[in-house]
Amino acid sequence: MEIKDVENLAELARLQLTEEEKAQLLKDMGGILDYVKQIEEVEVEEENGVDGIYNVWREDKEEEREFSKDGIIKQFPDSQDNFLKVKKIL
Amino acid sequence: MIDLKNLTIEKAHEALKAREYTCRELAEAYLQVIKEKNEELNAYLEVFEDVFTQVDNAQKKFIDGTATIMTGIPFAIKDNILIEGHIASAGSKILENYRATYDAFVITRLKEAGAILIGRTNMDEFAMGSSTQTSAFGVTRNPLDITRVPGGSSGGSAAAVAGNMALVALGTETCGSVREPSAFCGLVGLKPTYGALSRNGIIAMGNSLDQVSPFGKTVSDTEIIFNFLSKYDKDDSTSVPEELRSKESLSVGKKIGVPWHLFEQGVDPLVMANFKESMEKLKNIGYEIVDIELPHSKYSLAVYYIIMPAEVSTNLSRFDGIRYGLSKEGENLMEVYKKSRGEGFGVEARRRILLGTYVLSHGYYDAYYNKALKVREKIREEILQVFEDVDFIATPTVPFLPFKIGEKLDDPVAMYLCDIFSAPANLSGVPSIAFPSGKAENNLPFSIQFMATHWNEKALFYIGKKFESIK
Repeated sequence: MEIKDVENLAELARLQLTEEEKAQLLKDMGGILDYVKQIEEVEVEEENGVDGIYNVWREDKEEEREFSKDGIIKQFPDSQDNFLKVKKIL
Repeated sequence: MIDLKNLTIEKAHEALKAREYTCRELAEAYLQVIKEKNEELNAYLEVFEDVFTQVDNAQKKFIDGTATIMTGIPFAIKDNILIEGHIASAGSKILENYRATYDAFVITRLKEAGAILIGRTNMDEFAMGSSTQTSAFGVTRNPLDITRVPGGSSGGSAAAVAGNMALVALGTETCGSVREPSAFCGLVGLKPTYGALSRNGIIAMGNSLDQVSPFGKTVSDTEIIFNFLSKYDKDDSTSVPEELRSKESLSVGKKIGVPWHLFEQGVDPLVMANFKESMEKLKNIGYEIVDIELPHSKYSLAVYYIIMPAEVSTNLSRFDGIRYGLSKEGENLMEVYKKSRGEGFGVEARRRILLGTYVLSHGYYDAYYNKALKVREKIREEILQVFEDVDFIATPTVPFLPFKIGEKLDDPVAMYLCDIFSAPANLSGVPSIAFPSGKAENNLPFSIQFMATHWNEKALFYIGKKFESIK
C-alpha cells in the first residue's frame, strides 16, 4: 500500500485528511493488514460457507413509529420551512 | 449510610421494599460519590438533571405496590444507547450535540420498570477501543488505580460501577467491550447470546457482533439484568423470537474445556498462574477440566479485524454532516461530507473506516472480507462442535493486567490484542461471562472467562456463583 492508496480510500470514504494523517494511516494500515493477513493460511471451501442466513424483513407496509419529529427537525444543520436543506448537486 | 460497596440489586430491592431507605436516598448516595470522584475518573460524561423526577416515579411504585426488582435501581448507561431527549455522542465529536429522538428498546424496558438512569458514561469513540482512551471527551481512569486504564470500550460504565457511582450499568460489546473492562475493574460482565438483547436504539458499530451487555459487582446482578432485558423485539431484525430461544432443554454441566494452545504465548505469567489456580479451585469442587483444541479460533482476532471494520465503514457512512451532528461549511456537498467527517471522527474511527473501505473494495473483497466470513463460519462450527462434548470453554478474560494510561495508543495491533480471547464468543454468537478470580500483589484484579452454548446463560450464571462461593 502506498500513500496514493490511502488517498483513494479516503476519497471513497469521504474523509478529509492532512498529509501527516495520511502518513500515519499508511503506517497503521500496514501493521493491521500484516496481522489480519494470517487468515490466508486457513483452508476453506470454495462455496460460500455462510449458513443460517435468511430473510427476516417485515412486509413493506406503513407502520406507526414513535419518533419525535420535532427532535429530528431541530437537529438539521440547515433547514428551510421544516425541510432539510442541502447544497445543490447539479 | 448505605453500604454502596457491598450493595447488590437484591439487597437494594429488599431495603427499598422494607423502607429502610427511599429511592431518593439511594440515588443521592450515588450522586454524592459522583460529586466527589467523577472529576478525577471521568466515568460520566453527563449526570441527568431529571434523576429526581425518575426517583419520585420509582418511589410511587413502591407506595402503590407495583414495584419490581428493577424499580429504583440506579443504572449508568453507556453513551451509545439512545435515551430520548438526551445527548448520545458515542464518545465522538461528530455526535457531540446529537440528541436522541427515541428510546432504545432496553431503555424503554428500564423506564417502564422505574429503574433510575443516572447518566451517560464515557466510552471509546464509537466503541472502538479497549481502554477508553479514544473518547473525544478525555480518558476515563480506573477507580482501582487512577494511573491505569479501566479497559474499554465501555470503560465509563465499568468505572461507574467499580467506583460506586452506580449500582449496575449497561455497556455494549462488539468484541470484549464489557468483559475486558469488567476484568480491569474487578467486575462481572456478561456478553449475552447474539440476538438476546435488542440492538434497537444502539449506535451500531458491527451489526453482526454488537450486543448490549450488563455490568455488575456480582454474578447475580448481571443475571437479574439479563433476565429482565432479554426479550424479543420486533423492531430488531436480529432479535430472536421467544419460541426459538431454546432455554429449558439446556443443562448446567460440570465439564470445562480449556484450549491451552490458544494461550501458550503472549499471556502475562501472573495471569496464567491465576488462571491455572482458578481451574484447580473448580476441580476441587467437582468440575472436570479437559484439554480441547480449537484450531480455527486462533484466527478469531484477525477475522474480527476484517469483518468489524467492514461493518464500521458501512455504519459510519451515515454520519455525513447533513441531517444531524457536526456539520462543517463547504463549497459543495462533497466538501461538506469530507470536512465534517474528517474533523468529526477521531484517529481510531478513521483508521477503521479506511480499513473497512479497503477490505470491501474491488480486488480485495474476496481475499479479505469474503475469506473472513468463511473462516468465521469455521470458528462457529468448531465451537459448537466442542460444546457437544464440554459444557464450558474457559480462558483468561484478558492476557494481561490493566495497563497504564497512555500505553498502547501508538500501536493499534498491541491494543487490539487486549481482546484476543473475547473474539470467539462475538464471532460465534455464544454467550460469555467474565468474573473476578482474585487480585495480584499490587491489588489489580484477575479475571477468568467462560463461554457456553447459545442461550445457555443459565450455565454461566451457575458456574459464576459457584466460583464466587469458593473465593
